[in-house]
Amino acid sequence: MIKIVFFAALREQLGCQETSFPCTDITTINQLKKVLVKQNPAWEVHFENKALLSAVNHDMVDGEYTLKSGDEVAFFPPVTGG
Amino acid sequence: MEDKMVNHQEISIQTKDFSLATEVGLLENDNAIDGAVVTFTGRVRNKNEGLKVSGLFLEHYPGMTEHALSEIIVIAKKRWNIGRVKVIHRIGQLNIGDQIVFVGVTSEHRQDAFAANEFIMDYLKVKAPFWKKELTEKGEKWLAARNIDQDKAEQWD
Repeated sequence: MIKIVFFAALREQLGCQETSFPCTDITTINQLKKVLVKQNPAWEVHFENKALLSAVNHDMVDGEYTLKSGDEVAFFPPVTGG
Repeated sequence: MEDKMVNHQEISIQTKDFSLATEVGLLENDNAIDGAVVTFTGRVRNKNEGLKVSGLFLEHYPGMTEHALSEIIVIAKKRWNIGRVKVIHRIGQLNIGDQIVFVGVTSEHRQDAFAANEFIMDYLKVKAPFWKKELTEKGEKWLAARNIDQDKAEQWD
């Protein structure tokens, strides 16, 4: 399984804080996004946002990053701390 | 996912306020090597982008935040000859004038502490997973990231 978490404005827009997904036929972050949008068509507009960031196991990664079972994937908007 | 690399004496993510005097003391006590102490404190402003702001809510990604800050400190220690480092970031509900963030760096001579402090803040701004929601006169609003912060961080590349 892959654990998927969402933060800040994205979490509110999706109305979802956390979900999980069997790892079987997902290989990259970009493919995971497509699967999530297929399951939740209303999410498409939010996942099309080019500024959206992704992290795997607490490190920022790009869309080509290859996932494995047990990974924690996070999607979130550009950060605004400090 | 406990991160073994995180030095919990150097990083604190907390809801409570911090004392500048206490933090400077921790950087200075029993530290006869370092002649320079540079501190930065960030506070909540009363307006942003033309709107009156009454407060902030700060969200973060527990675990990744500490990991990201730890990595930033590791890079700073490689680039500059610095002694002690402390980064504090508050989360949750904050009001106008409240302290948000503290970065303190010591070094033998001032140049390293000045540069490392600015670097840590610039990288924190674009790499640490914090998000601000402003409470404005027109309602709640998630802050948009600013290009200027990205440009500033890239100057260190």
